[in-house]
Amino acid sequence: MLTLYGTPVTSRLLLGTSRYPSPSILGDAIRRSKTEIVTVSLRRETAGGKTGGAFFELIRSLDVRVLPNTAGCHTAKEAVLTAKMAREVFATNWIKLEVIGNQDTLQPDVFALVEAAKILSEDGFEVFPYTTDDLVVAERLLDAGCKVLMPWCAPIGSAMGPVNLQALRSMRGHFPDIPLIVDAGIGRPSHAATVMELGFDAVLLNTAVAGASDPAAMAEAFAKAIDAGHMAYEAGMLEPRDMAVPSTPVIGKAVFA
Amino acid sequence: MKLTINGEDHQTDISVLSDLLVSLDYEGDWLATAVNGELVHREERPGFTLSDRDRIEILSPMQGG
Repeated sequence: MLTLYGTPVTSRLLLGTSRYPSPSILGDAIRRSKTEIVTVSLRRETAGGKTGGAFFELIRSLDVRVLPNTAGCHTAKEAVLTAKMAREVFATNWIKLEVIGNQDTLQPDVFALVEAAKILSEDGFEVFPYTTDDLVVAERLLDAGCKVLMPWCAPIGSAMGPVNLQALRSMRGHFPDIPLIVDAGIGRPSHAATVMELGFDAVLLNTAVAGASDPAAMAEAFAKAIDAGHMAYEAGMLEPRDMAVPSTPVIGKAVFA
Repeated sequence: MKLTINGEDHQTDISVLSDLLVSLDYEGDWLATAVNGELVHREERPGFTLSDRDRIEILSPMQGG
């Protein structure tokens, strides 16, 4: 069973809560995905506003664990303060740490990410860093106290799917005992199945589900693909071969000429 | 005194953070506050004295990916 910072998790799908057509459809997608972990965020509340409260009540009613993020932060200082405010609101030490370094690609600023991860880990946070597939950065994040890594497989919201399978394969090989969650860039269930077949432990999705014509059905489709990919990895797959290999035995074949 | 609340300028005579939240109709256990880039815990708000030109952030939960 997958364990994240000591918490056993049955579902290997983590689901974002943003960009759904309505709160009701968000609720349906969460239920049908059978996810146990959803990502949430913090934003400025207007005076007299109750939107944050209504959203929080919805999430609380769904009996899922929340993983607050630091989306939109561009410096380690911003991310650390946002994480502390999230801990105040959501009463969890878990934090999905995002420090954005490029506005076009939403690529993480890995230097600030490592800096913030160290500060937060020392302050008792359990950090889920949104990072690249760079192995050295991954090492630094582990040194900083992270016990989970969340590499992108393509830019956030791009729906490209894994653009560098070799890098992901290499990451899995280098960190056999670290939970690896692909975060960002997945567009289709087949993309999710592919990274799970590589041995990744889980997938974090948002736009691919929320932007579907039927988000709840897509959430379930992803859940099945993720389970299938994981089961296939565990079952041990054949490696590709250059030559054909007959699947029907040739021993005992009749000779007619 | 002049305060900046969630990026907007405000003029007020209220000098305690918890009183300011009430006066602006902020309520609920889901709010987080920071003053000048430092977290102010929920239980610290009644004793937190504001100063002229303080920058206050008041955040609440929202959807996120």
